Amino acid sequence: MEEKHRLFVAVDILYICMMVLPIVFGIVLRILTAPPTEGISITGARILFTVPMPIQDLPITEAQVNSWLVMISITGLCLFLTHGLQIRKVSKRQHLAEWIVEKLDNMVRESMGEFFMVFSPFIAAIFALSAISSLSSLLGVYAPTADVNVVAGWGILVFILITYYKLKGGLLNYLKGYTEPIAVMIPLNILGEIATPVSMTFRHYGNVLSGSVIAVLIAAALQALSSLVLGWLPGFLGDIPFLQIGLPAILSLYFDVFSSCMQAYIFAMLTMLNISGGFPQELYEKRMEKKLARKKKAAESI
Amino acid sequence: MELAIGIILGCCALGAGICMGIGAIGPGIGEGNAVAKACEAIGRQPESKGAVTSTMIMGCAISETTGIYSLVIAILLIFVAPNLMVNILKNAIGLL
Repeated sequence: MEEKHRLFVAVDILYICMMVLPIVFGIVLRILTAPPTEGISITGARILFTVPMPIQDLPITEAQVNSWLVMISITGLCLFLTHGLQIRKVSKRQHLAEWIVEKLDNMVRESMGEFFMVFSPFIAAIFALSAISSLSSLLGVYAPTADVNVVAGWGILVFILITYYKLKGGLLNYLKGYTEPIAVMIPLNILGEIATPVSMTFRHYGNVLSGSVIAVLIAAALQALSSLVLGWLPGFLGDIPFLQIGLPAILSLYFDVFSSCMQAYIFAMLTMLNISGGFPQELYEKRMEKKLARKKKAAESI
Repeated sequence: MELAIGIILGCCALGAGICMGIGAIGPGIGEGNAVAKACEAIGRQPESKGAVTSTMIMGCAISETTGIYSLVIAILLIFVAPNLMVNILKNAIGLL
């Protein structure tokens, strides 16, 4: 009994390390590699190193590294929350895990319907990845979602899923969907199809980026203002930007915490709505009936 | 040469400002309308506050999209376009 308990605690500590260490590693990496900046500087993700590849060199940027760190951290969180599940004598963390799963299942059921319940883990993964990626900017790490490439990857993934579920109604019906209401609309319909992932990408990326740009501008402005107002103070007191204390934190409460949770929710919601909205339910059911009838016939003929 | 580069930089900054300014009008009006209607709905049916609020935030975020597009264009104009244009100019002059 004692042995088992000790093992349980040890595994717990391992999971917590898996959860915390990647983020700490990200912060350390940031501190070690970030060049000293003066005044306003807004740059994209810095390239850490490049891997030589046959066609084109593969640059490994900060955004890529950070998004992998966030993924490892989320995996650690999931393992920690689901460690030691029991039917009776439920622990606090199991309550939390059950609450999260229940909420997400309800959300998916409400907006996608019973047929798409398999999507619940995918939606949860996208939600958690987006939210924690954006929230990591609170710790001073470069947020992966402030890089358009990361979010564009998610957008392409969602686009593939949408097209896959549209194709479930049959290829001919899918192609016919482009000629509606009239055949002249084909180019516009194709544009509309491509616009979905593009708009999702830019919505998420633009919101996160605008938050970080405004934070930098406000910080620079406050520094200039405090050196203007409090510059007469003797000695080193004049150099300390007193006005920078406090106010940026309030703004980051909106831009980092609220906005990033909001964007994660919206990205997940739009994914669900687009996938279930493009799915041709009636055509799919008809096709399935035909397939069943054909199978029955084949079985009878044998 | 200096004059040409100056004109490019100035026009990029001006374009970014105009883009963001005009682009912010539409989403501003749209979100204002959405919030006003949501307030009306909550006033009429206070018990449906939760559902109305979440739908409103969702709608606001979606109507914000066009504003975000103009933001992306403005950021491109400030940080990407000047380098690109100056390089194009230099190449063109080099060719002549």
